[in-house]
Amino acid sequence: MRVGVVTFPGTLDDRDAARAVCAGGSEAIELWHGDADLKNVDVVILPGGFSYGDYLRCGAISRFAPVMTSIIEQANKGMPLLGICNGFQVLCESHLLPGALTRNSDLHFLCKDQVISIENTNTPWTSSFSKGQEILIPLKNGEGSFQCDDATLASLEGDGQIIARYVGENPNGSRNMIAGITNARGNVVGLMPHPEHAIDALTGPSADGLGFFTSILNAMVK
Amino acid sequence: MAKIVVDVMLKPEILDPQGNAVASALPRLGFTFATSVRQGKRFEIEVAGEPTPAQLAEVEKAAEVLLSNPVIENYVVRVEK
Repeated sequence: MRVGVVTFPGTLDDRDAARAVCAGGSEAIELWHGDADLKNVDVVILPGGFSYGDYLRCGAISRFAPVMTSIIEQANKGMPLLGICNGFQVLCESHLLPGALTRNSDLHFLCKDQVISIENTNTPWTSSFSKGQEILIPLKNGEGSFQCDDATLASLEGDGQIIARYVGENPNGSRNMIAGITNARGNVVGLMPHPEHAIDALTGPSADGLGFFTSILNAMVK
Repeated sequence: MAKIVVDVMLKPEILDPQGNAVASALPRLGFTFATSVRQGKRFEIEVAGEPTPAQLAEVEKAAEVLLSNPVIENYVVRVEK
């Protein structure tokens, strides 16, 4: 399966994301922000980093990159799409996901290993996990506080669109401890912590993150 | 040459940790006037001549689409003499 990994100017987790894709058994295809051609990929990952220097708002300028026009079009047709960290911010700015990511409540840039619990295993990105499974993956961001209005929060909760929550203390002020969400259709997932940095014991705190990359392969070959 | 100003502020219900940090720094410097501080962004846009209603409408659109994120922010467009 062909998994596109997008590089924007300022992206920094694209290599790790591509490595995780390969470790999960798929082929990683590099996609460039300035090129609207998706190179016949089956799914796309928007990796973490500081695209366009986080200028204006995180993800606000990336949203209008030529590659995003194609990605938004395909995602609206059902193509699976995962945004990690800055990628999650791009998905919210693109209105593919509701809400917004704002400055961490204590203003500090966070970099730590974080336990999250997987709440929704029906998406193509989370199907390898069991509901309620706790996993340990890195969390590193300055603007990871998930915010939305009460009506949006109620519908996210009611429709099972929260795919992962932080466990323990709320690290960044996110509403309802939200670490990741999906859209109503379930094909687009945004996640603040980084599964691609936790795919083997040599380079990560665990291999728990690999589940996202094996999930998508299983979902697509079914 | 005229200047169009767009002020973007977080909506009142959105937590503003930067504003809070400023509010708590003020009394440390002896400034005790503030009961609350909110921090926002200001865009200064220059156009040739007096802005036309069409230009202002375009700026409104740009403020809605790019300069602000309507999920968390409000904006005000005005012309500065």
